[in-house]
Amino acid sequence: MSNKLIIKNGRVIDPSQNIDSVCDLVIEDCKISDIIPASANANSSAAVIDASGMMVMPGLIDMHAHLREPGFEHKETIASGTLAAIKGGFTSVCAMPNTNPVNDSATVTTFIIKRAMKRGSCSVYPIGAITKGQNGEELAEMGMMLEAGCVAFSDDGRPVMNALVMKRAFEYSKAFGFPLISHCEDMNLTANGVMNEGSIATLLGLAGIPRSSEETIVSRDIMLAEEAGARLHIAHVSTKGSVEIIRRAKDRGVKVTAETCPHYFTTTEEMVIGYNTNAKVNPPLRCADDIAAIKQGLRDGTIDVIATDHAPHHADEKLLEFDRAPSGISGLETALGLSLRLVDEGVLSYADLCTKMSLAPARILGLDKGTLKKGACADVVIIDPNREYSVSSDKFLSKGKNTPFEGMTLKGMPAAVVVKGKYINILEL
Amino acid sequence: MKDLVSIREISKENIESILSTAASFKAVLKRDIKKVPALRGKTVVNLFFEPSTRTKTSFELAEKRLSTDVLNFSVPTSSVVKGETLLDTVRTIESYGVDCIVIRHSSSGVPHFIAKNSHASVVNAGDGTNEHPTQALLDAFSILERKDTLDGLRIAIIGDVHHSRVAKSNIYLFSNYKSEIRLIGPPALIPEFKGYNVSYFNSIEEGIEGADVVMMLRIQSERMTKGFFPSTLEYANLWGLNRQRLKLAKKDAIVMHPGPLNRGVEITSDVADSGQSIILEQVTNGLAVRMAVMYLLGRDNEQ
Repeated sequence: MSNKLIIKNGRVIDPSQNIDSVCDLVIEDCKISDIIPASANANSSAAVIDASGMMVMPGLIDMHAHLREPGFEHKETIASGTLAAIKGGFTSVCAMPNTNPVNDSATVTTFIIKRAMKRGSCSVYPIGAITKGQNGEELAEMGMMLEAGCVAFSDDGRPVMNALVMKRAFEYSKAFGFPLISHCEDMNLTANGVMNEGSIATLLGLAGIPRSSEETIVSRDIMLAEEAGARLHIAHVSTKGSVEIIRRAKDRGVKVTAETCPHYFTTTEEMVIGYNTNAKVNPPLRCADDIAAIKQGLRDGTIDVIATDHAPHHADEKLLEFDRAPSGISGLETALGLSLRLVDEGVLSYADLCTKMSLAPARILGLDKGTLKKGACADVVIIDPNREYSVSSDKFLSKGKNTPFEGMTLKGMPAAVVVKGKYINILEL
Repeated sequence: MKDLVSIREISKENIESILSTAASFKAVLKRDIKKVPALRGKTVVNLFFEPSTRTKTSFELAEKRLSTDVLNFSVPTSSVVKGETLLDTVRTIESYGVDCIVIRHSSSGVPHFIAKNSHASVVNAGDGTNEHPTQALLDAFSILERKDTLDGLRIAIIGDVHHSRVAKSNIYLFSNYKSEIRLIGPPALIPEFKGYNVSYFNSIEEGIEGADVVMMLRIQSERMTKGFFPSTLEYANLWGLNRQRLKLAKKDAIVMHPGPLNRGVEITSDVADSGQSIILEQVTNGLAVRMAVMYLLGRDNEQ
């Protein structure tokens, strides 16, 4: 008996094949088997999903999430984080290495992969640390972690402050071809900063993080990658200056890609007013200028990817003095809704959105995903573009309820996903 | 008013009500018996997470003059060292039936955070580099006593505005009046106050010219090690207030300082001890102003 599923009458969008039309998507034995013209005929031998009025796309891929396991299971686990991912329309997530212990060895990588196979609801791709303990001093065993299943390397959460160590990491990466994902932040410039430097920080008496904290390391790492001829991916771009620096680097052929996160094109530093710890995030929320530049960067291709930087924290940890509260936004369950606003605003087409949230991350990480080509892994998201809802952290499946978007009305919600051929109705989660 | 957490967020009406009430209490403080039964039976806790001698003493005496029961809670003797969260500490204290919490904390925004989570009135006694509302009120009260008005004055604020909660509360307070606010100091210590009518000077000679009020800020040597300026000697030479520079201000200009003084750094002794200095009057007035604040909050937050 064949294991066949047909998603009928949806608007199928697959930028990898330039498809954007109403058709039927056929899935067989956990693989995409065909895209055929929409037909009214019921196929009795297959399970049929009616996707009329829905968008059907390759499953979303989040190349930047913190799943917190091992070590911080009170914030999130692989089980809860992947459920949140599914609810957000993601069929794959990358797990950043700042766990405890840090994912700086094949042993930890293997643990994460095994745990994800056993308890995960979607695919999990670990990102290993660049340096041991993420201390920025000695290179971690990236080759062995790559063999164990890591797809890229990053000291995310902190920068590799020593430029020579970063240079060596770039040189080393060339033996394998993987990208280094850089958390661009000069810790000396950040110092004790907790929000964007500027007039709001002055009015709140909070220490500022200057844009130069991000931009100097964006520049530095572009230079180092260029010199080494290695691949660089810039994480969570938050400033206008970074967009411009990356644009110039791409123009001259540097192998650099970049991501931003929904909060950086949705809201500004003003969200912090009232000492709102749910708006404390690193890099910090910036200004209207930065938002405009990031949107332009997304539109012109300077920014390749929309990632979540999903950073769940326990409610108790956010209920602290602003200085002491940890940085981060629980983002998996709001990312698509916030990104769809860009389609509404005309910044991106649906195909662009699909590229930024699925195809581009797959290509950067070398995953055989982000496409509905025949034979590809059957990871699909079905989106109801007209469904409106109000963000309610109570309903998050993530353990992290830390969102600055509480109560915001969003339009467009994932209705279902197919993960490796398995159909999951999100509304029933 | 339930709380006094910020000058920036209160109305001119509130400010004036505090200042006029303070005048009545100042009269009380001149009497032989300085205690009034205004808040008898009320409990106030002084919750100081940062070392303080003068502000804490001033609050405590103001509370006692109003006949409140006073609890003092400071970090070394508290549960905070045992890892208790701030909110748990506050809730524990609140459970004693405290009517008012006076708080000083090194993190900006803590009084807001507590006010949001407590039924008690919250008075900000200084939060991080944000605000110090009662200091600005006592400064205004002191200026009013000497100048009879808060309008039409040229007020020069000199020093580390960036880290000064005193300067910030004063800027917000005087922006309610038709006075000119001049901020003077090295560029890294003079931030921009967007939406506020202030002018910025790097030269003390230019900034102090024709001032009615010269408000000096304390320079912390910690700022030097973080590179905001090279040395206290250089700071004193370029931005310190001395007799010669004070001559550029109006003849009847008054000199203020929130204390504690760094003699020879931001202010020379001959200026600090001169007839133009009202530094000790500020201390006296602090008592009357804090009594007024506690009294008004106690009256408005009747349970």
